[in-house]
Amino acid sequence: MDNLLINYLVPLLIIALKSVFLITALLITIAFLLLADRKIWAAVQMRRGPNVVGAFGLLQSFADLLKFVLKEVIIPYNADKVVFLLAPFVTTVFAISAWAVIPFDAGLVLADINIGILYILAISSLGVYGIIMGGWASNSKYPFLGALRSAAQMVSYEVSIGFVIITVILLSGSLNLSDIVYAQAGNYGFLNWYFIPLFPMFVVFFISALAETNRPPFDLPEAESELVAGFMVEYSSTPYLMFMLGEYISIVLMCAFGTILFLGGWLPIFPFLDFIPGFVWFVLKVCFMFFLFAMVKAIVPRYRYDQLMRLGWKVFLPLSLLMVALTATYVVFI
Amino acid sequence: MNDKIKDNTFTINFGPQHPAAHGVLRLVLELDGEIVDRVDPHIGLLHRGTEKLIEHKTYTQAIPYFDRLDYVAPMNQEHAFSLAVESLLKIDVPRRGQTIRVLYSEIGRLLSHLLNITTQAMDVGALTPPLWGFEEREKLMCFYERASGSRMHAAYFRPGGVHQDLPDDLIDDIDAFVDSHPAVISDIENLLTDNRIFKQRNVDIGFISQEDAQLFGFSGVMIRGTGLPWDLRRSQPYEIYSELEFEIPIGKNSDCYDRYLLRVEEMKQSLKIMKQCIQILRKETGPVSSQNNKLFPPKRAEMKASMEALIHHFKLYTEGYHVPKGEVYRAVEAPKGEFGVYLVSDDSNKPYRCKIRAPGFAHLQAMDYMCKGHMLADVSAILGSLDIVFGEVDR
Repeated sequence: MDNLLINYLVPLLIIALKSVFLITALLITIAFLLLADRKIWAAVQMRRGPNVVGAFGLLQSFADLLKFVLKEVIIPYNADKVVFLLAPFVTTVFAISAWAVIPFDAGLVLADINIGILYILAISSLGVYGIIMGGWASNSKYPFLGALRSAAQMVSYEVSIGFVIITVILLSGSLNLSDIVYAQAGNYGFLNWYFIPLFPMFVVFFISALAETNRPPFDLPEAESELVAGFMVEYSSTPYLMFMLGEYISIVLMCAFGTILFLGGWLPIFPFLDFIPGFVWFVLKVCFMFFLFAMVKAIVPRYRYDQLMRLGWKVFLPLSLLMVALTATYVVFI
Repeated sequence: MNDKIKDNTFTINFGPQHPAAHGVLRLVLELDGEIVDRVDPHIGLLHRGTEKLIEHKTYTQAIPYFDRLDYVAPMNQEHAFSLAVESLLKIDVPRRGQTIRVLYSEIGRLLSHLLNITTQAMDVGALTPPLWGFEEREKLMCFYERASGSRMHAAYFRPGGVHQDLPDDLIDDIDAFVDSHPAVISDIENLLTDNRIFKQRNVDIGFISQEDAQLFGFSGVMIRGTGLPWDLRRSQPYEIYSELEFEIPIGKNSDCYDRYLLRVEEMKQSLKIMKQCIQILRKETGPVSSQNNKLFPPKRAEMKASMEALIHHFKLYTEGYHVPKGEVYRAVEAPKGEFGVYLVSDDSNKPYRCKIRAPGFAHLQAMDYMCKGHMLADVSAILGSLDIVFGEVDR
């Protein structure tokens, strides 16, 4: 009995506590990143952005949360209730669970598993189910079209993201995210990071990440000028909030993932700056990636469905395949 | 019943509450996957019976209805009506009045094109240009307000001239605007003109051949996009357009991208025209409206001293003036195309009939022609390039 307690229950409790702490920290961070997104967008458009709730609008996201939660949940007449309500939770839960393997600092990771990358790939692919379920269960035409589009889109861009990741794995020789970061450590600071040797892949990764998370210019599933809000048309209140939340969590996940793969994770820009905690570096880099995401949203128009497919299959796929071949050649022969 | 009807299409309702429906357009789309099979525009949701209402109002009271047609560039509509009434009355507008009209018509063109190119960008997903454009529109609307007292529904162009003279500092401010505006146009252009995605979304989308465009009754940018240099300001000049220097840009490919480029270029030409008008206005100090007080109300100061003026004022604002029997069609080059008014008068103080020719109506009827075979996303791109305003389509 004692054995069971010490070997299983206590670790379980610790893991649960860690998870709760991670999720809370993550959600609070998201609240402010969401505000940052809106503020950056507003600045580009020469607006002020949210500035009423709290100083500089800092509490805007919390006010929004309250508003969403207090509103009535409207379920369309002919919708499949269970699937309709399950869909947003699927999206959010998968988006959050991917964070389990992200290392924030040396050793600061919830699950330091050796197949971290595979885990992230698997979980983020499952995220599309939430969208398909939502679009299908709404029993409405615009959500249906939105869901079809997003299924096609996410599958296409996953392929190129997969190849991008393979090039990184070839260089680092590990599927463990922490090891990938360690592999980028060196005496030259940021010059050792993978975004320099693999720069084309960094670009492909960034663009695919935009597509993967339905951000402009690839926000086709929810294209406002065509599909109104795509798969989210029929959603309101908390379920809608869950979709939004899931989306932003996966955006930040992609930022963190990109940071680990190409920007050296928690490593400082220059080795002599290592007195600053790695966690701070990690957060700074994620914020930088997020800033890029936000700027893209403010600047670009939206692709058309077929153009997006063409870009995915005819441009990114061959390019990433070529890079995989080149990297493999380099690793094996040089 | 024929059970074998092949039905692979998917019918969706695009509007009237759709964010890209430009107001209250309802399109019934038949889609084959994402490909558009048929577009059926349903209009009339903003029908207010303008033409009929005008028949029951005096000529002066009819003017505000024209502001409410294409509410993006209100004065251009008033212009067509004023010209029509002036032709029936056979009166001339003093040169300063004509210049002010041209100046404000071009401001209207800027208002309309600023809204259109930026919302066309929004229809293909770029959300920033509209905000930039609206800031400039705000300044232009202030010019409207300072001339007429109203930001939108100006009722400023009256048969016989314009309602009030412009203050000198307003002319200086418009001059300053003309100098500063090209920078904003180039900002918007930087974001759109060479943008790969914007080009991919607009080049070769919504093609229409010159013959078909003529058959559909296209005008304005839509017909110039096909390469036909048809502009009423040149082909049948009114006001002082014949003495102004400006160019009529024409398109090559007749697609959405050409129309965008044309509008941008027309904005630059409008600035050129405005600059010339300002120069004329600085030299020319005459009356701004007809001096015939049987038709145009006297100055308020005069009314304080002159019995005659008071009587004229009273008569004009109660009974109005009588227009001799006749019929006339006058059109202006409104920002969206040929905006015409066909007026039948019967010697009374109200028009017997007032038929309005709105350019948007003719353009909208080609939706099916232009969208067929394109994808769903192109429908909003094409709609954006048509420059539809429902005030004038539904009337």
